[in-house]
Amino acid sequence: MSAILLAALGLGAFALGYVFYSKFIAEKIYRLDPDFVTPAHAMEDGVDYVPTNKFVLWGHHFTSVAGAAPIIGPAIAVIWGWLPAFLWVVFGTIFFAGVHDAGAIWASIRNKARSVGALTEDVVGPRARSLFMIVIFLLLLMVNAVFGVAIARLLISYPSSVLPSWSAIAVALVIGYLIYRRGVGLLWPSVIGVVVLYLTIYLGDFVPVSLTEGAFGLAANAQWIILLFVYAAFASLLPVWLLLQPRDYINGLQLFVGLGIFYVAVVILNPDIVAPAINGNVPEGTPSIVPLLFVTIACGAVSGFHGLVSSGTTSKQLDKETDVRFVGYFGAVGEGALALVAILATTAGFATLADWEGVYNKFGGGSLTAFVNGGATIVSGGVGLPIEFATTLLTVMAILFAGTTMDTGVRLQRYIIQEWGNIYRLPFLTNNYVATFIAVAACLALAFGAGGPSGAGGLIIWPLFGTTNQLLAGLTLLVVSVMLVKLARPVWFTLLPLTFLLVMTILALLFQLWEFYTQANWLLLALDVVILIAAILVALEAVSAFVRERNKAAAQAAGAAE
Amino acid sequence: MTGSPMPGPVAAAGGAAGQGGGPPPPRLGRWRQAMELLREFYVAPYRGAIARAKREEDDVFMLFVYAELMGVPNPATYYTLELQPILMEQFHDWHLRMGMEHSPLDHFKCC
Repeated sequence: MSAILLAALGLGAFALGYVFYSKFIAEKIYRLDPDFVTPAHAMEDGVDYVPTNKFVLWGHHFTSVAGAAPIIGPAIAVIWGWLPAFLWVVFGTIFFAGVHDAGAIWASIRNKARSVGALTEDVVGPRARSLFMIVIFLLLLMVNAVFGVAIARLLISYPSSVLPSWSAIAVALVIGYLIYRRGVGLLWPSVIGVVVLYLTIYLGDFVPVSLTEGAFGLAANAQWIILLFVYAAFASLLPVWLLLQPRDYINGLQLFVGLGIFYVAVVILNPDIVAPAINGNVPEGTPSIVPLLFVTIACGAVSGFHGLVSSGTTSKQLDKETDVRFVGYFGAVGEGALALVAILATTAGFATLADWEGVYNKFGGGSLTAFVNGGATIVSGGVGLPIEFATTLLTVMAILFAGTTMDTGVRLQRYIIQEWGNIYRLPFLTNNYVATFIAVAACLALAFGAGGPSGAGGLIIWPLFGTTNQLLAGLTLLVVSVMLVKLARPVWFTLLPLTFLLVMTILALLFQLWEFYTQANWLLLALDVVILIAAILVALEAVSAFVRERNKAAAQAAGAAE
Repeated sequence: MTGSPMPGPVAAAGGAAGQGGGPPPPRLGRWRQAMELLREFYVAPYRGAIARAKREEDDVFMLFVYAELMGVPNPATYYTLELQPILMEQFHDWHLRMGMEHSPLDHFKCC
């Protein structure tokens, strides 16, 4: 199978989905109204509520939702063959993610740009709100732990990426400083910053850095994980303008550059997909494709995390209600295109099937390493970059995406811990340093608790992270569906994805529960139980909310008849 | 810290606020327009977070300026005294934000 054909099929399906299905959803289900006064206008304050150009808004919506997760998920899931991963990414994006992301923005702007968390309380009930907070905290905990593990693995596999990855922090600090403290315009700092970044990527090959194995009695992998969390703790305490904002900006530019280069390289090189369409020969220990495929690929098919972005910042800046379609649905399509890159890189970037099977020799064996190796082969063959440079380039991109998510994740965890400190009157928890310490300690405990003393096995958390992410998506779809019931509009287009997600989530949790039990992994077993309880509660909340709304509608109809 | 706005962020946020949604005036060339959009791309996601961080700094500064009036010795009173009339306008919002329902000053009741 030619990679061009697969790319064309995928992108073509996305295009059809955007042109037809999103139009149907926008016009018939959400009934987007060009005259509706969005919160950005109604509550314009120049700070949070600012009407923003839809292309700009799409740009930062897309770059905040797309990161390392839509790469890692598909890169693991192709172990079942390229076809299942491809189908789930394509149909997931069209029928789940687009509807979910656009729905989250729509629900939020129809409710004064409140967040999905707050809406859960209003629309579904206060119990659902508490559930929401717990699910988000677990989600952040797992994403931080798993990204720490993934970055450490990359830094060890590719010592050439160490210099550029850490230099990127210095580059971001300088850009932030120049823009905010020196009042320099944006153009030159970005141009020079990107040039310096690429220069360090080039230099990385000449200055590979490896940590000494066994220093301080720790494996190199463990040392990196600890260093990364020390960094994340400091980074999350720095003002956002100094580090996070410029880092996000550089990542955004990198994302567009990376996507562009990759698709051009695929077209020029036209590699063959060596991986089987359906892998009949999966390595021992690979879990069953149903339900695990649907939680291994969360971001890239449908991800609850998007709902947080959609209703947190995007909805406050939406200029016109009709922009929901472009920003929300097309944002999901952008992420689908990134997941497609991951599938292509990990299935067409190998010379032979034996090479591919060598990398995918156990579940979780491929992951980012397979993406970097395969992607670099395609990029260097397609656009003629030296293979070492292409390898370091892709490694650094993946590390930067994951690293920025860690900064943000630890920061958000700190906010949640501080909020709990306020709610439960524990003033020490509201201290920035205490809250950050607790957040980082929890992440480290999970990374080492799940991954062993070296932390190397931490990627085992991935499917559990995906499950939690899908559960969050379920909660958002529940809010949107209940709103649609209240408005007496067709509810199937959100209710079917919701049901599918809940069924798959609960199945996956039960499946993993058994697995963790047989492995005697008590930490993850406990985590699994907590998430399972949350999932069952979400399902019950969903049923109760629908019954309540249906009864209300019936009572109204009866009242009208009398 | 200072109470003066950081150069750039908030000014840029305020400046961009009015024209975010509509098309820029035709006299702007395409290049200027592209730069505007790039700047928006940089500024927009963090506008709120930065404004809140700035407000926190400003709140501490308000405390310095009015410390002496509330019985807290402040060695810099000589310098902060002349700022009091200027910051008076923000005083009401500040004490509300700090969780005080009414003005904490005996001789100055704003509400």
